[in-house]
Amino acid sequence: MRGGRRRGDRIFKFVTIGAAAYTLLMLGLILYAVGNGSALIFHFEGFKFFTSTDWNPVEGRESFGALPYIIGTLISSAVALAIGVPISLGIAIFLTEMSSGKILSKLSGPLAFVIELLAAVPSIIYGLWALFVFRFFILNYIEMPLYNAFGQSIPFFGVTPFGLDWFTAGIVLAIMIIPIVSSICREVMKAVPDTQREAAYSLGATRWETVRMAIFPYAKSGILGAAMMGLGRAIGETMLVTLVIGNAIGAAAIPTSLFSPSQTLSSLIANEFNEASSDLQQSALIGLGAVLLMLTMAILIVARLMVSRMVKVSPGFRE
Amino acid sequence: MQESKSDYRQIIYDAISRRSSRRKLVDKAVSIAAIASVIFSVIMLGSILLEVLVNGTKALSLNFLIQTPGAIGSGLGGIGPAIQGTLIVVGLASAIGAPIGVLAGIYLSEFAGSGIFPSFVRFFNDVLVGLPSIVIGIVAYVALVVTLGSFSVWAGAFALSIIMIPIVTRVTEETLKIVPNSMREAGHSLGIPKRKVVTHIVLKSAKSGIITGIVLAVSRIAGETAPLIMTILGTDLYFSSLSGPVDALPLRIWRLASQPYQYAHDFGWGAALVLILIVLGLSLGLRLIAQKRGFKVRTVASG
Repeated sequence: MRGGRRRGDRIFKFVTIGAAAYTLLMLGLILYAVGNGSALIFHFEGFKFFTSTDWNPVEGRESFGALPYIIGTLISSAVALAIGVPISLGIAIFLTEMSSGKILSKLSGPLAFVIELLAAVPSIIYGLWALFVFRFFILNYIEMPLYNAFGQSIPFFGVTPFGLDWFTAGIVLAIMIIPIVSSICREVMKAVPDTQREAAYSLGATRWETVRMAIFPYAKSGILGAAMMGLGRAIGETMLVTLVIGNAIGAAAIPTSLFSPSQTLSSLIANEFNEASSDLQQSALIGLGAVLLMLTMAILIVARLMVSRMVKVSPGFRE
Repeated sequence: MQESKSDYRQIIYDAISRRSSRRKLVDKAVSIAAIASVIFSVIMLGSILLEVLVNGTKALSLNFLIQTPGAIGSGLGGIGPAIQGTLIVVGLASAIGAPIGVLAGIYLSEFAGSGIFPSFVRFFNDVLVGLPSIVIGIVAYVALVVTLGSFSVWAGAFALSIIMIPIVTRVTEETLKIVPNSMREAGHSLGIPKRKVVTHIVLKSAKSGIITGIVLAVSRIAGETAPLIMTILGTDLYFSSLSGPVDALPLRIWRLASQPYQYAHDFGWGAALVLILIVLGLSLGLRLIAQKRGFKVRTVASG
């Protein structure tokens, strides 16, 4: 009887260990599959795969390089972070520090609710909206005025804008990451003990000084984690980018202007994977996936190490 | 003497008030910036929901919901197979992913100490949560589509389950950790075997939290598009077999949006409305129940 019970416990424990090991197994499978799938292209191109700007699938003249798409990925994500993180912080400040007034305190609850809900909207829908609605807004009210004013004199604004470029992609990515980044920032700032605020206010600090000197230092690692999470999302985002970045290929995908069409690693994979005409081209696309994997893993591991060293709570999943 | 002292005071007073008024100005500016960012986000996000709602309802009809897509450019047909396919692929992925995720979470919370293996699992589980979904699509393609020789529901469900498992694992672990130890001790002191303490006492009291995690993970994978491109491929036909291709809503939206016809764009909005109703319906319904029963819902962002 006792033996049977102990065996039952042991079996149960083994089943749960098996499930936990499945996570590691999947990670191993991901590394193996991406490595194996891209072996052909790394054998064919060698290190040139990272530095070449060619993308030529024509038989007999094949040449593949990932550089333009690495650049496209990094700059569109940089725009997304540069716009998305300050706005998210603004929302978090509003929701945690400014909602003391009569009207504001009624507003902040529903607002936080709606923003959290929007974190669940699929990115393909952001993409659809960006392609058919937002693109024209950007084109008519931001890009055309800039082009008309500076297009002749400054090369950075010198390409006729169509609204389908890395700048648009970056802004839409920013809008996409705002719900999740601001939700995490809000949670993190809400977790700062009130004694921090009281201490700062009692010294005569203004609200902004309180936020800057008493709250940000305390919530630093969580905010950093939120930004990293946003960066990870922006870098890996596929569908939205595919729809609005203009899908340039080869050297043309390296932007010469704010309004140049470009291409990211993930958007090129999505565009060409099913139309790949040869094993080599498919392997090149998986090679882009390998670069993307390395990029995000590096970010995630650095973020995880940085955040867990400072606080013992993982970002984004606080109660 | 008297006069110069008062001058001195005046200078300090001016300096302080000048400085203080600059501080107030900066504070005002930041407040305005914060309000502006709220207004900007509300307008943008409101615009998304409004456009989907307005443009989507125009396309909606019973035929649109049940018919197969017509020939490209014909302006006919619907998104029946896409709705069916999404339900099948997401259902299968959840059937694979939810149990594995919950069991792994049970291990991390109830059996694992702070050894190397559990901390490895935790670390790489967090890494797995953040990996781009298109990379996971490639993995499913290499592992299943290439080896089995065809695009299939299995491959799509496998890819989505890889996205789902780490989310469910994390939520389960954190929910179980909140269960007070006294409940476990009470069970053990009655001589109940550990597996029953875990399943009958700990899991039971953490039920709502775990279900929340699963529902949010389901609503997240329902909107995934990228990994479906290279796994289920998409088709104009209704489901025929688990080892063949199938359609899905996000995939259909993408294809429709890429066509050069106005009607296709309208159909795209219609499909987007259906998808958003499924996804937001899941998480909104959950939040309403949560509010009624008094538990908290976490944020799991979409991919």
